[in-house]
Amino acid sequence: MNRMSWFNTVSLTLGFAFLYIPMIILIIFSFNESKLVTVWAGFSTKWYGELLQNQAFLDAAWVTVRVAVFSSTLATILGTAAAYVLVRGGRFFGRTLFSGMIYAPLVMPEVITGLSLLLLFIGIGLDRGILTIVLAHTTFSMCFVSVVVSSRLITFDQSLEEAALDLGCTAAQAFRLVTLPIIAPAVISGWLLAFTLSLDDLVIASFTSGPSATTLPIKIFSAVRLGVSPEINALSTLMIAVVTVGVITASLVTKRAMVRQKQDEMAAARAE
Amino acid sequence: MRRALLIAIPYVWLLALFLVPFFIVLKISLSDIELAIPPYTPTLDLSQGWAGIRDFFSQLDFENFVWLTEDDLYWKAYLSSVKIALISTVLTLIVGYPIAYGMARAPTEWRPTLMMLVILPFWTSFLIRVYAWMGILSNEGYLNQILLWTGIISTPLTILNTNTAVYIGIVYTYLPFMILPIYSALERMDESLIEAAEDLGCSRVQAFWLVTIPLSRPGIIAGCFLVMIPVIGEFVIPSLLGGSGTLMIGKVLWEEFFSNRDWPVASAVAVVLLLILVVPIVLFQRNQQKQAEAEQ
Repeated sequence: MNRMSWFNTVSLTLGFAFLYIPMIILIIFSFNESKLVTVWAGFSTKWYGELLQNQAFLDAAWVTVRVAVFSSTLATILGTAAAYVLVRGGRFFGRTLFSGMIYAPLVMPEVITGLSLLLLFIGIGLDRGILTIVLAHTTFSMCFVSVVVSSRLITFDQSLEEAALDLGCTAAQAFRLVTLPIIAPAVISGWLLAFTLSLDDLVIASFTSGPSATTLPIKIFSAVRLGVSPEINALSTLMIAVVTVGVITASLVTKRAMVRQKQDEMAAARAE
Repeated sequence: MRRALLIAIPYVWLLALFLVPFFIVLKISLSDIELAIPPYTPTLDLSQGWAGIRDFFSQLDFENFVWLTEDDLYWKAYLSSVKIALISTVLTLIVGYPIAYGMARAPTEWRPTLMMLVILPFWTSFLIRVYAWMGILSNEGYLNQILLWTGIISTPLTILNTNTAVYIGIVYTYLPFMILPIYSALERMDESLIEAAEDLGCSRVQAFWLVTIPLSRPGIIAGCFLVMIPVIGEFVIPSLLGGSGTLMIGKVLWEEFFSNRDWPVASAVAVVLLLILVVPIVLFQRNQQKQAEAEQ
């Protein structure tokens, strides 16, 4: 049944209009000449120029990117291991607690996670800075990575791993040569998810950062509290552009990987 | 051996950085405020042996929790957070279900694109998406400009800094969390079931209520939990879109911590919030596990 009823067309149109119009308005008004964000006064890119002159924003952006790269990489390694343990690990002591600790951070209010991590860092005498934000971000984003990766691990055919083991692979080799290439798209999207989660986070970073390390969301939040400003619109537009390009590239890459995998499978089937 | 290591590394990480911090919060919530300088008394001094442990427990007290019940700011904030979360979950479901339904019934070749269109805003900064509404809803904002220009209203509506703005912000930012689980439940559904229901004499509306809704129930439940639980502790939306009348516990905790610097009371607020959330979090986890097992 490939025809769309009018109801579906209307709900999709309204739904996507609701999702996208606010961001489109935001982008349009970043090119506004006037300082007043709500009155259109002609096209200009001057707010982008001013943004690039703003050393505080640039410093914060550099901190944010470093935190995001480190924490998402760590989170991907830990999250993939956690997913493997959850799906293939069988029974072990404390499995329920383990899966609870994987799912709970997904819905845990950020104020609680932030406060509890801060009190931990102070308790063990760790100075607040980039390191503490990385540790905090790794902890909550590894859970997202592990959910993404485990959903891929569940659907793939375990007999492939068993075949590799039968043919003389060690467990580590089987993982590296068979499992990892198959779950690679999920691992990559897990990394991207962890990266954007870290890029976005305001609340946990506010609790766990010290005066030496201010991230971009913290900077944006303190500016936005005073009201709407064209400079923030310009910054938001740049961030939306980066994310859009990233997501589209990632989806094209995974699509190509999936097509290639299908072709390989078909070729293998023909060879038999 | 290797297996043990593979289990141990993420396990120990989560124990140290997720579970242990909660006990620290619990401990500090039972301590006295000491001029904002850590460490807060009491401290556990194991070198003194049994006497140290006894001292530790005798110094714990519940005065911060008593304080939470005496000042009605706190319980009002908890109640109002739960109320706002429940109402906005229902609103998100009402807005999100038709979108998920439309996506699941769209031609197969459109679906990946539609899916990406839902995910894309979810990847864009939460803060930016909330900020976008500040320009729309303010008194001189775009919404009021349009309504005034078309003559629907004669004086600007006050929406920003009210609870209405908070509801709009929550529905907007949490919508993908509602759409995606419902969509994945609806997409798996066998459409011939609806045809069967119609052949057996159901009207389209009846078939929807009796077949489609029950089959999408796991998705609806997952979506509602994914929206409701984090919204109860939400901080960014009430502080940017809400007004002085918007009482939410996440904001109270933030102010207790950053403005009043009263860490023990902030910890007590967090402990009570966690107690409120334990039941829905456990139910959510059960639902996820059941679904995962059904797929396996």
